[in-house]
Amino acid sequence: MTEIQLTDITKRFEDVTAVNGIDLTIRDGEFLVLVGPSGCGKSTTLRMLSGLETVTDGSIHADDRELTHLEPRDRNVAMVFQNYALYPHMTAKRNMTFGMKSAGDYTDEEIESRVAEAASILDIEDLLGRKPKALSGGERQRVAIGRSLVRDPEYLLMDEPLSNLDAKLRIQMRAELSKLHEELETTTVYVTHDQTEAMTLGDRVAVMDAGELQQVARPQHLYDFPANRFVAEFIGSPAMNTVPVEVVEEGDAVYAVGEDVRVRLPETGGLEPLVGRTLEFGVRPEDLSQAAAAADNRVVANVSVTEPHGDRMLLHGDVDGTLMKFQISARSTLSGGERVEFGTDPDRLHLFDGETGEALYHSSTPEQDQAAETAAR
Amino acid sequence: MSLSNPTAYVDELTGENTDTDKLLVHLGLFTAVLLMALPILIALLVSTQQRGVITSPADLLPGSHMVHNYYTVMTDYNFAVYMWNSFVMSTIIVVGKLAISLLAALAIVYYRFPFKNLMFLLILFTLMLPVPVRFVPLFNIVTDLGWYNSMLALTIPYLASATTVFLLRQHFLSIPESIVETAKLDGVGPLKFLVYVLIPMSKGMLAGVSVIMFIYAWNQYLWPLVIIDSQSQQVTQVGITLLQGDIQAGELQWSIVMAGAIITLIPPLLALIAFRKPLLETFGVQQK
Repeated sequence: MTEIQLTDITKRFEDVTAVNGIDLTIRDGEFLVLVGPSGCGKSTTLRMLSGLETVTDGSIHADDRELTHLEPRDRNVAMVFQNYALYPHMTAKRNMTFGMKSAGDYTDEEIESRVAEAASILDIEDLLGRKPKALSGGERQRVAIGRSLVRDPEYLLMDEPLSNLDAKLRIQMRAELSKLHEELETTTVYVTHDQTEAMTLGDRVAVMDAGELQQVARPQHLYDFPANRFVAEFIGSPAMNTVPVEVVEEGDAVYAVGEDVRVRLPETGGLEPLVGRTLEFGVRPEDLSQAAAAADNRVVANVSVTEPHGDRMLLHGDVDGTLMKFQISARSTLSGGERVEFGTDPDRLHLFDGETGEALYHSSTPEQDQAAETAAR
Repeated sequence: MSLSNPTAYVDELTGENTDTDKLLVHLGLFTAVLLMALPILIALLVSTQQRGVITSPADLLPGSHMVHNYYTVMTDYNFAVYMWNSFVMSTIIVVGKLAISLLAALAIVYYRFPFKNLMFLLILFTLMLPVPVRFVPLFNIVTDLGWYNSMLALTIPYLASATTVFLLRQHFLSIPESIVETAKLDGVGPLKFLVYVLIPMSKGMLAGVSVIMFIYAWNQYLWPLVIIDSQSQQVTQVGITLLQGDIQAGELQWSIVMAGAIITLIPPLLALIAFRKPLLETFGVQQK
């Protein structure tokens, strides 16, 4: 059980800065997901945590022990790789014990019992005698996870471990990883580019872009209160819509106004300074509905195409020259060329600075949200 | 050929001519194979005859002295000793080369040290010096060391091999990085990694390389001829020439010479047959 502290971690490869001054605390027993697009520095960060990559600047501490420049073997860390990295000529069991035997800290009985325990947790008891070639992708991944667990590492690192599995298996393994972590409570850092994986697995999710940390929060918080436009658009599928609007005060209310947009913004205390500015108005496709349309809550779209998804339909429409997506009922008869009026969910509106992307306004506040969450329990 | 009539075109491709075509192709292939195998076939035939002098096509029929000839070569002409010497020499060279090249490739692929690429280039550079160029200095060194006429002289100069280092390096580079990294995280040391991971994962490659090296070592001729001057230390390739010289005094008995040649041929042939699969893998030849 370990708390890991990253302080101002930086990694430069010659003239490229892959990771730029990250400060992050991974709490004891936490499942933290690092998520971001390709090349955002998430894997590099993970590799610095493992010791496989050197740190250019900054420091890493596990509890009070400094790890920054320690060799991988001195960190007591285990890692699960995307391609499993099983030794092809060894049986599943030998794959799991090879590292333990190298470490030399375990007696034979201990090794036996630990392997048996890990195998039973992962449900791979029957596969221990097989070589990786005779295992399916999911089974290989289990063995790889088993191998990382038997050494009882201080913290566990996973580098896109589910990416090589097919969609169905991935969903299944996702649930199993969640369960496994609940059981073991090993501090885990998990890297993925898949925001769904990040949302479903993480106790907290750290979103990275261009080598910098954008936001670290619980998944729901990330979704409801993105710190900036990048997080808003990266988390959630389909992505959040943003459309430029004018913030206008009329009477005692504030509106987001565009040619096709007129939405009254609920007052949360931060609107006053924004009046008169041109900002990006953000709203998620699922927070738009025809039923909610009203005189002071309307977004008018010129439908271009509709995409049936079976359980819902996604409508692409042009709003003030920007393409927006709307989630509508699966059996809607709307089709291209129509002009449709939508309304928004007033609790789910956001305003972002057009230049910096910083979130300037959310139509509900985190406190309210947390209170509601507590009440719901 | 007409595209407007596809059936006619197909007929043309698969039509009646096929049998004759196939026959011609096979005839051509057979001739080619025969031409290549001919020297060995003739050697084999001659080695079964009494005198081995060919004056008419009838002399190319198998004779009845096969057992006698081979027995004579092995005993009277010392071939058992030559063969043994060749075998010991080749084995030492193969094992030594593998050991040294494995360590060199391990260092080149998995270690960071200054001028790494330059080192590798220097190793490759040795490929550009043909062996005969090195003969005179090598001879001086070896005799100065007092190794003249010994197994040391036959083997030690051949232990370093740029080809093997190169082949192993390329193979090691093809092993996924994450496997190496897993070992690092597990605290597996470099030698343990070599013995328990790299070597087992390179088995096919190593077998293939060994066969090539074995045959190369077995076929050494010039160097043993220069550095060995006693019959008890001599190797079989030189033995064949000795055979010729020995008999020259009387009447040159080609059947005995050919028997010696055929015997010399057998060990590399067996090695090739036994390791043909890994050998093909080494060179990336796909087998169905």
